[in-house]
Amino acid sequence: MTTRSAGRRRARRRGRLPLVLAVPALIGLAFLVVPLAGLLVRAPWSTLADQLFSEEVGQALLLSVVCASLATLVCLVLGVPLAWLLARGDLPGRGVLRALVTVPLVLPPVVGGVALLLVLGRRGIIGQHLDAWFGISLPFTTAGVVIAEAFVAMPFLVIAVEGALRGADPRYEEAAATLGASRWLTFRRVTLPAIAPGVVAGTVLCWARALGEFGATITFAGNFPGKTTTMPLAVYLALETDPGAAIVLSIVLLLLSVTVLVSLRDRWISSPA
Amino acid sequence: MTLYADLVVARDTGFRLAAHLTIEPGQVVALLGPNGAGKTTALRALAGLVPLTDGTVRLDDDSWDAPPGVFVPTEHRPVGVVFQDYLLFNHMTALDNVAFGLRARGTDRATARTAARQWLDKVGLGDHALTKPRALSGGQAQRVALARALATDPRLLLLDEPLAALDASTRVHIRAELGRHLADYPGHTLLVTHDPLDAMVLADHLVIIEHGEIVQQGPPAQVARQPRTDYVAQLVGLNLYRGTARDNVVTLDDASGGGELTVAEPATGQVHVAFPPTAVSLHPRPPAGGPRNSWPVTVVHVEQHAHTVRVRLDGMPPVLADVTPATVAELHLSPGTPLWAGVKATETTTYPS
Repeated sequence: MTTRSAGRRRARRRGRLPLVLAVPALIGLAFLVVPLAGLLVRAPWSTLADQLFSEEVGQALLLSVVCASLATLVCLVLGVPLAWLLARGDLPGRGVLRALVTVPLVLPPVVGGVALLLVLGRRGIIGQHLDAWFGISLPFTTAGVVIAEAFVAMPFLVIAVEGALRGADPRYEEAAATLGASRWLTFRRVTLPAIAPGVVAGTVLCWARALGEFGATITFAGNFPGKTTTMPLAVYLALETDPGAAIVLSIVLLLLSVTVLVSLRDRWISSPA
Repeated sequence: MTLYADLVVARDTGFRLAAHLTIEPGQVVALLGPNGAGKTTALRALAGLVPLTDGTVRLDDDSWDAPPGVFVPTEHRPVGVVFQDYLLFNHMTALDNVAFGLRARGTDRATARTAARQWLDKVGLGDHALTKPRALSGGQAQRVALARALATDPRLLLLDEPLAALDASTRVHIRAELGRHLADYPGHTLLVTHDPLDAMVLADHLVIIEHGEIVQQGPPAQVARQPRTDYVAQLVGLNLYRGTARDNVVTLDDASGGGELTVAEPATGQVHVAFPPTAVSLHPRPPAGGPRNSWPVTVVHVEQHAHTVRVRLDGMPPVLADVTPATVAELHLSPGTPLWAGVKATETTTYPS
C-alpha cells in the first residue's frame, strides 16, 4: 500500500512539469525531429532504388567513405600521440597547446579551408615548396579532401583520447616500468588497452565528422565529381539540379549518422559515469 | 653485494626525506613509520620512480642514482615491486601479467609463459593462469603481484604495504606465505609497512622513519624491547619515558609528564625507561610495601581489547595500564575515576637515550 502510493506520488511529481518549461521543450524537440521526418516524407520512394544505385550516388558515397576513413587513419596516427603528449607530457604551456588543438572544433570550417589554402595551396607557405621541389599540389585533389577532413575532425579524436588518458591511472605505467618495459612497450601493452574504449569512441566521432565535412572540403578541395565531390557536396549540388537525388543522398547520410550514434550509445552518449 | 642507499628527496611541499639504508643479500629490511613519514617516497626512489635530490643508490659498484650525473631509469634497474593495490594489468590474464616482465626484458614468448606458469604454481595459483585480475580474490591478486615481481629475478625486491589491502583473516595466511617466499629469495628486500606485526614477522632488520628521518633501527626483538620514540613505543605497546638517571632513580623530563621512577638497573645520565602496560597495577588507595613506584592518576579512557582492558591514565607521568575486566568492575573504572598506579622496579627496562 504505502510503497504503491509513494510510487504514484513520485510519478505525479515527475509528471508535473511546469508549462513554462514543457512548451519550449516540445517545440525544441519538434525543431530537431521534424526536419529529419520531412526528409523521409518527401523522399521519392518509387524511384529510390534507382537513385540509390545510380553512378553519381555510388561514386560520391565511395569517395566519402574512402576519404573519411583515410582522414580518420591520419587522425589516429597523429592524434593519439598528440593526446598522449597533452595528457602525459611534461611540457610548459600545456593549457595553451590544448586550447590550440581545439580551435578547429569551433572554427567555421570554411575558415579552416581558407587557412589550408594559404599554407598548402600552390602559392602557399609550404605548398609552393611542395610544388617546386616535389611537383606535389594538394588543393583540388582527393588528397586535399583527406587533409581538409582530417583538419576538421582531429580535435574530436584528440579530446576523446586525452580524456581517456587522463582518466587512466598512470601508476599502471609505473608498474610496467618496474617490470622492465620501455615507454613505447608500456604505451602499446598497458596504456592503449586501458584507454581502448576512449580511442574507439574518438575514432567513430572523428569518422562521422570527417564524413559530414563540407566547408573546408569545398574551399580547399573544390568540387570535382569522382575526385573531390563527397556526399555533402553532392547533396548541396543536387539540390539545384535534382532535388530528389539530394533527398536520397541526405537519407544515406542520415542513416550513417544514426548508425554511428547507435554504435556509440553505450560508450559515449549515456555513460558520463 | 650490498645495496647501499643514501636517500635525499626534497619535495616542493617542503617535505624532505633523508635516510640512509643498507641491505645485505637475503636480508629483509622493513621500513616502518606513520603515514606521510616518507616510507613510500624511499621505496619509489629505490625503484627509480622518483629521482634523488641528493645522495646515492648503488648495488655494489653499480650506481643507479647519483645526482647530478647518474640516473638509471626504472626500466633498466633489476628491481621487482609489489604495489599496495597490486596494479595488475586488468586486460591481461594472471599468466600474462606474470610473463609481462620477462617479455619486456626480451625473453621469447614460450619461455616467458613457461616460467610464468612455474611461478603461478609456486604461489599456488596454477589453476588461475587464465583468470583476469578482476576475478581474483584479494589474496590471489596479492600472490599474482608477488609472482609478477619475482618472475624477472630482480636483485632488489620492493614491497609497498603488500598486506594492507587484505582482510584480517586472509592477512594472517598470506603473511606466513610471503614470509616463506622471502626466506627463499636470495636478493635484497625492502618492505614498507605501517603495521608493526608485518614488520616483526617478515623482517630481519627494522628501520623506523618519522618526518622523513630515521629515528631508530635494529633487529625486531631489540626495537620491541627498547623503543626510542613515542611512536615506536606505541607500535610495540610499551610505556616509554625519558629522563635523567642517578643510580636507581630516574627524574622524568617534563615532555614525558614529569615525576620520578625507581628502576631496577642503576644508571647515570639521559635514559629511556620502558615497561609494558601489563606491569601496571591499579589501586583505590596508595599501595603499601615492596620496591614499587606508585603515584596518583586519573582515568582518561577505558577500551576493551581481546581479553584485557586498556586504561589510559593521566598523572605524573601519564601511563597505560592493561587490567582484567574483573578489575574494571571492582574499581568502577570510568573516565574521571581517581586511582593510584603501581609499577615494580623490576618490571622496568632502562637504556641510554
